[in-house]
Amino acid sequence: MLSSNSFALDISLHGFLQGNYSFDTASSNPDGGDFKWAEERFQLKLDAAKEPFRLFIKTDAFFDHIDEKGDVELREGYIDYTAKKWDLRIGRQVITWGLGDLIFINDVFPKDYEAFFSGRPMEYLKKGVDGVKVGLYPVFASFEFIAVPFFEPNNYPDARRFHMFDPMPNVTNREEKDPASNFKNTELALRIYRDIAGFDASVYFYRGFFRKPYLIPDDLNNTTKITLHYPKLSVYGASLQGRALEGVLSLETGYYDSRQDRAGTDYTVPNSQARFLIGYQRQLWEDFTIGFQYYMEYMHDYSEYKKAQPAGFPKDRKLGQLATVRLTQFLMHQNLRLSLFSFWSPSDGDYMLNPEIKYNFSDHVWAAVGGNIYGGGERWSQFGQLDKNDNIYLQLRYEF
Amino acid sequence: MAWYLIVLLVMLLPFEVFALSAEDVMKKSQAAFLYPGKDFKARVGMKLISKEGKERIREMTMLRKNYGEPGGDQKLFIYFFQPADVKDMTFMVYKYPVKDDDRWLFVPAINMVRRIAAQDKTSSFVGSDFTYEEVSGRDIVDDTHSIVKEEKLGAKDCYVIKSTPKAADVDYSYKLSWIDKANFLPVKEEYYDRRGELYKVFTADEVKDVKGFPTVTKRTMKNLQSGHRTEVTYLKSDYNIGIEDSLFSERFLRLPPKKWIE
Repeated sequence: MLSSNSFALDISLHGFLQGNYSFDTASSNPDGGDFKWAEERFQLKLDAAKEPFRLFIKTDAFFDHIDEKGDVELREGYIDYTAKKWDLRIGRQVITWGLGDLIFINDVFPKDYEAFFSGRPMEYLKKGVDGVKVGLYPVFASFEFIAVPFFEPNNYPDARRFHMFDPMPNVTNREEKDPASNFKNTELALRIYRDIAGFDASVYFYRGFFRKPYLIPDDLNNTTKITLHYPKLSVYGASLQGRALEGVLSLETGYYDSRQDRAGTDYTVPNSQARFLIGYQRQLWEDFTIGFQYYMEYMHDYSEYKKAQPAGFPKDRKLGQLATVRLTQFLMHQNLRLSLFSFWSPSDGDYMLNPEIKYNFSDHVWAAVGGNIYGGGERWSQFGQLDKNDNIYLQLRYEF
Repeated sequence: MAWYLIVLLVMLLPFEVFALSAEDVMKKSQAAFLYPGKDFKARVGMKLISKEGKERIREMTMLRKNYGEPGGDQKLFIYFFQPADVKDMTFMVYKYPVKDDDRWLFVPAINMVRRIAAQDKTSSFVGSDFTYEEVSGRDIVDDTHSIVKEEKLGAKDCYVIKSTPKAADVDYSYKLSWIDKANFLPVKEEYYDRRGELYKVFTADEVKDVKGFPTVTKRTMKNLQSGHRTEVTYLKSDYNIGIEDSLFSERFLRLPPKKWIE
């Protein structure tokens, strides 16, 4: 048995065919279109293993009906090497850290918010990074060490499809400046985790960049050009998760060290922050689960920030708050799932609602219909600015 | 004359030495059904069959390791092959006899490990007619047990045990179990709802000897009220295969070793 195992090459091919459409219900897009998303997509997952190696490739080919173009994208592609006490993953990979449900403190890895706000399946919220992950597993704790030499920013909604706040809408000359791919700019991340008295405990460290672009106008009084840059960031964090009160309790915190503006006086760079999250989920009856989260971000050097922020630019609050509720009910032998996710900000007063119905027609075919509803708050706040972008979406998938 | 005396003694013995209480029977049954060997592995096929005959398939590898005596702690690792939308998902349980279990789920599409809050007493296991508890076992002390009668079911001599939950923590008001006197495996279980009506029936449809352990390799749970049933088949099973403690970790939840799941 040993010999047959060590020479065997296991190959598996899976994937799906998917249609994904999202239709405006509040108003047309800025460019006049009525769809936030309209595409067919084919995904192929190749998994080949010959211990101790494994190759995994996940590729998508799609046709986008809004921009009338097709393309191929490598979602993930990596090689694993597994030894007894350590392992290695090289290539494009998705990394998910932290405990938040759609709230990210220590998950500093790239996100695709356009996918999220357009009603695409959840997996498209996460983007892969091109890098190396080393896992070390001594008895006393486990270590995950990540190095990413190629910077990948978050993806935000396209201005032609989404109405969003822009403090300088008349300045169209914009240049994006990514951190150069060199040794000095290589992002480093470390997670150390172990069990502590029945709780899953992790500490996190990250040294890299904000993935959200910040504006640098060439001249505040007469702006002709805006440079979008990604300031330097370090994050120090910790999390704890375990059983409590007949449910699961999650605690997470992180200190966002804005390395380019520790004094908080530069308006083109965000201030340092402390972030906290508490979450609780519990099953109330058969196949019904409820989850709550409360999130806070506290801005350091707020008086410096207020002084430095140019006139006409909206000001973030000293204490930003966000609460979420998730309700999930399975019915019909878990073939039908009804769910509701809601964000609400007690500090800004804006919200997002995402109700969804998903039905598995067979072991291979499922469909989901849902809505994204935004509103409240200010015209620049996180969800308030999306007010005119309400949409209903359809996801239809044949999986094999 | 000597023979006569011996026979007489043996006939008297059951009352003195071999008389088992209902709790003893259930403990032996739990040990035989859920705890044999040091560890256990099975390739499990599940058919979820609706009243109209529509089938859904679940296929998984289930690995189990015992910690301590039968009835004690267990760790469970499940890898899903089918259906396609859950392929490569893994699920891990640390089962404790007195407190709530710890459960983790790995979702490969977003490479995420999460604890899940599902309560095992009423939650359906992957949409089947089995609750989590009916898969992993209910604590003996959660019920009061009594021997209702002893009878033959088919060719098997059975104890019939009535188990009544001490708290109203499950969907049934009581359960009748037919326990095979020869190997203490359950042959049949009847679940009665709050109105005292029979609504769910478990049957052990095939028992095979695996490495000296009698093992239920085919079983059915049928819901009489909905007409839905779940058939479970162990396609392969094995005991005492030397599963390492390290398997039951986040590391291997994310990257399950081929040698254990195949």
